[in-house]
Amino acid sequence: MSEAPVAPDAKRTLSARGLSKIYHSGEVIVRALDNVDFDLFRGEIVVLLGPSGSGKSTLLNIVGGLDAPSKGQVFFKDQELTRFNDRALTAYRRDHVGFVFQFYNLIPSLTAAENVALVTEIAPDPVAPADALALVGLADRIHHFPAQLSGGEQQRVAIARAIAKRPEILLCDEPTGALDSKTGVIVLEALETINREFGTATALITHNADIAKMADRIVTLGDGRVTSVQENENRLPAAQIEW
Amino acid sequence: MIGPLNRKLVRDLWHIRGLVIAIASVIGAGVATFVMSIGMVQSLDETRTAYYERYRFADVFGAVKRAPEHLTRRLSEIDGVKTVATRIVKDVTLDIAGLNEPATGRLISVSTLGRQALNDIRIRRGRGISHGRPDDAVISEAFAEAHGFEPGDHFFATINGHRRRLDIVGIALSPEYVYSIAPAALMPDDKRFGVIWMSREALAAAFDMDGAFNDIAISLLRNAVPRAVIADIDRLLDPYGGTGAYLRRDQVSNWFLSSEIEQLRTMATLIPTIFLAVSAFLLNMVISRLVATEREQIGLLKAFGYTNAAIAWHYVKFILAMVALGLVLGSAAGAWLGRELTEIYTQFYRFPFLYFRLDGSVFAGAVLISLTAALIGGAGAVGRAIRLPPAEAMAPPAPPTYRRGLLQSLPIVKALDQPTRMILRHVSRWPVRSALTTLGIALALSLLLSSLFWLDAIEIMIDTQYEQAERQDITISLTEAQSRRAIHALSHAPGVTAVQPYRAVPIRLRYGHKSRLVTLTGAVPNASLNRVLDASGRAVSLPQEGLVLSANLADLIGAAPGDMVTVEVLEGRRPIRRLRIAETFETYLGTLAYMRIDALNRLLLEGPTISGAYILADPQMRKVLHRELKDIPKVAGVSLRETAINAFRDTIGDTMNVVVGFYVLFAGLLTFGVVYNSARISLSERGRELASLRVLGFTRFEVSYILLGELAALTVIALPLGCILGYGLCWIISSAAETELYRIPLYVDRTTFGFSIIVVLIAVIISGLIVRRRVDGLDLIAVLKTRE
Ligand SMILES: Nc1ncnc2c1ncn2[C@@H]1O[C@H](COP(=O)(O)OP(=O)(O)OP(=O)(O)O)[C@@H](O)[C@H]1O
Ligand SMILES: [Mg+2]
Repeated sequence: MSEAPVAPDAKRTLSARGLSKIYHSGEVIVRALDNVDFDLFRGEIVVLLGPSGSGKSTLLNIVGGLDAPSKGQVFFKDQELTRFNDRALTAYRRDHVGFVFQFYNLIPSLTAAENVALVTEIAPDPVAPADALALVGLADRIHHFPAQLSGGEQQRVAIARAIAKRPEILLCDEPTGALDSKTGVIVLEALETINREFGTATALITHNADIAKMADRIVTLGDGRVTSVQENENRLPAAQIEW
Repeated sequence: MIGPLNRKLVRDLWHIRGLVIAIASVIGAGVATFVMSIGMVQSLDETRTAYYERYRFADVFGAVKRAPEHLTRRLSEIDGVKTVATRIVKDVTLDIAGLNEPATGRLISVSTLGRQALNDIRIRRGRGISHGRPDDAVISEAFAEAHGFEPGDHFFATINGHRRRLDIVGIALSPEYVYSIAPAALMPDDKRFGVIWMSREALAAAFDMDGAFNDIAISLLRNAVPRAVIADIDRLLDPYGGTGAYLRRDQVSNWFLSSEIEQLRTMATLIPTIFLAVSAFLLNMVISRLVATEREQIGLLKAFGYTNAAIAWHYVKFILAMVALGLVLGSAAGAWLGRELTEIYTQFYRFPFLYFRLDGSVFAGAVLISLTAALIGGAGAVGRAIRLPPAEAMAPPAPPTYRRGLLQSLPIVKALDQPTRMILRHVSRWPVRSALTTLGIALALSLLLSSLFWLDAIEIMIDTQYEQAERQDITISLTEAQSRRAIHALSHAPGVTAVQPYRAVPIRLRYGHKSRLVTLTGAVPNASLNRVLDASGRAVSLPQEGLVLSANLADLIGAAPGDMVTVEVLEGRRPIRRLRIAETFETYLGTLAYMRIDALNRLLLEGPTISGAYILADPQMRKVLHRELKDIPKVAGVSLRETAINAFRDTIGDTMNVVVGFYVLFAGLLTFGVVYNSARISLSERGRELASLRVLGFTRFEVSYILLGELAALTVIALPLGCILGYGLCWIISSAAETELYRIPLYVDRTTFGFSIIVVLIAVIISGLIVRRRVDGLDLIAVLKTRE
């Protein structure tokens, strides 16, 4: 099945067409994604909702260049990611994408600043690690090791690490999943700040429908398919969200 | 500035410092054994060469009955001859205060004018022989030490029928007598055989050798053809009763020394190579598992956009840093111990100086092998992690699909408690990893066995040689062959309960163009005292006619049973005969040639004649008998059973003990390294799982049991496997480590198995305790809060 080419659009940072991802685990075949289209525009925040196992993480991993689809195409601006070889994908991740994971994924043997420096080292135009940490409100924690930080603080280090390279795309997989609402809001505010300051296109997976209030668009997945795409007319600041 | 990756490197290394030390001991043991052994053997070899060169050790040796001095010129005119030194050499009976039985002294003439042209001696204490002092004697250091002689002491010798007092003026070393071995003796016995240097004038006068000589030493030019030179010398000396010139290769001391060094060389190349190979294998296994635990971090780095090359380089540095400690420590310890060992052997062989040199290539070889093994191990694991899409690498490895296998449906397994079942499932879920751990422990055990087995081998050699074959208490050799009637005199000596005669003559055994100088022993058939036995203890029957040779001797001349060989007798009327090899037999010790004593008598064109006898004596009468023997004329030498056994232990045993000691030490270190590594890495691999179990309410004991029970189970499998592998290694060693002097019997004693197993168990227990402490200290919150 051949897809219609994506219309060139200066604001379209990322677009995926007809994505499928099939896992064969043993005798069972799992369709994690089934013919999914997805766009991400410059400066917008998209929230991905959907029940557990609906394919949210799979989608995010594919558009982030962490995984390859079984079928379909992904475009970053006018380049087709799905044609990239490993080296080109690596460069794409290094230069354009920031990741935030549910389990923070900090390197335990490095301090907060050093975890951020891990990324700024190889980025072309990075923010200084201390500044990035200040942006997420951790100026006074830069020499702490992950084990000396709370979960929310660790997640903010992970966000600082993700945005320190001034990425065009920020992909967050349940960044607040492990946090209470108060800490969660602090983390969301950090994401919002970055989105505002750098115009970073942000995709955010969550199970929390309340968080969707801060999004420009809400994409809902179910069973590996996109079930709805909603525009959010009155986007709320993160500080006003509560759950 | 140090980048964050390098910081991670340093901190990670510090975090796993226990592992780094264990890895260092694995590599260190391999590298140190290798560097030490190879360095030692190289140095010994070079020291010997330098010694021979500086002290002008001759290339050709020969003896005659009595030849005129003017023959020297014709000898030196032979093509290829460089220097000719003529000497007077005689074996005499010595009477030494404090020694009951007689001893043999080899008198060798030396020039009183400075250095000797060939076979120079090195005076260690006292002074050399002065002109015009016929009773001055310089004695060999080994002989001096055996009797506690110092310059100024004296002893008596029966020289040409006259009892003479010899004054010790100096104590010396000679390249010609690194080992001083009495004629027809198997081993040196420094108490009963000593080398004595005296002035040429004194010996010429004593033996009526004015203007004559009875021994030559010759050095050759570089381009000489040894075989041609020997033939020319023999032609010149034959009319004067020459017994056949021979090359340095056949010179007793050199032959013995070469055999010893050769033995050391096989031992010092074989075992360390096995060590290095095993340590390389273990290193490979450990590094590969260790890097595998870094999988998530590798995925994360990839997610950030680090290139594969950058990640690979990071882990190369990680591995280099980890093995560097072992390499440095191993090389340094190896070099240092190699020097110490060489020092010990230098004293043991009585080399006058030590020439220690370590080839850079020895280090390079060891380091290269270890590094390659480590990097290959790491490369596999890094490669696997890099090949995964980062999303997958970062996810914890998919929970393994445990199955209810065949094993688990057994009723006995169903009856097991939950933790035990977890152990079983884990082992059967990771069969390769479990097998490698088992193999690692087994290999360590096999190294211990193959190091220790040398000691068993020596005991077996002693047992076959001295308990089974040579059952006599005393072996007597006569100054010259005598009528068989002499036996009567011996059998009537006090305390003698049995006598068995023997005849021994020096011969050259020739087959095709290969030849060998050996002693041909004429033995009585069906003897009860000194028996001809093969390695398995079977009595070898002597045929009416024909020869029975030890298999190694037959191999040396390339002959087999049934072949006709030429026997050139180098004594008396010097007959030359062709004889058939009736049989060959395996021995552990010596190159042996036998025939029936009556057949030998016929071959020698003589009546019933003997060279000596084996005696069984009443232990109570020993002292009296020894004194009596001293007074029997024509008794040249007496060798006692205990002293022979001791000489054997001192000579061959001591050579090996030192090295074996080190090997056992290193094998122990390596064992500990392997076991600790396995246990510790299991802990990192399963830290989260174990912490979660603790959270679920499992006790510390249960959690430790899951981890250590697996180690114990694998150890139990490893022990018999290690014993089999070890026995295999011993087999390889015993078939490879064969010299002309002896062969290593393949025998591993039960106590050796026991001891090795205990060493492994101790290593397991210590490692278990260390790891157990870590399990007890698992920080549950930290484990759950961060992803390691
Ligand atoms: N490596 C894999 N092998 C087999 N199946 C997989 C694999 N990874 C994901 N899946 C399956 O793909 C489907 C989508 O998984 P995905 O992780 O994208 O879900 P998700 O929407 O992120 O769920 P959650 O909200 O629980 O994180 C699931 O049914 C999952 O079981
Ligand atoms: Mg998910």
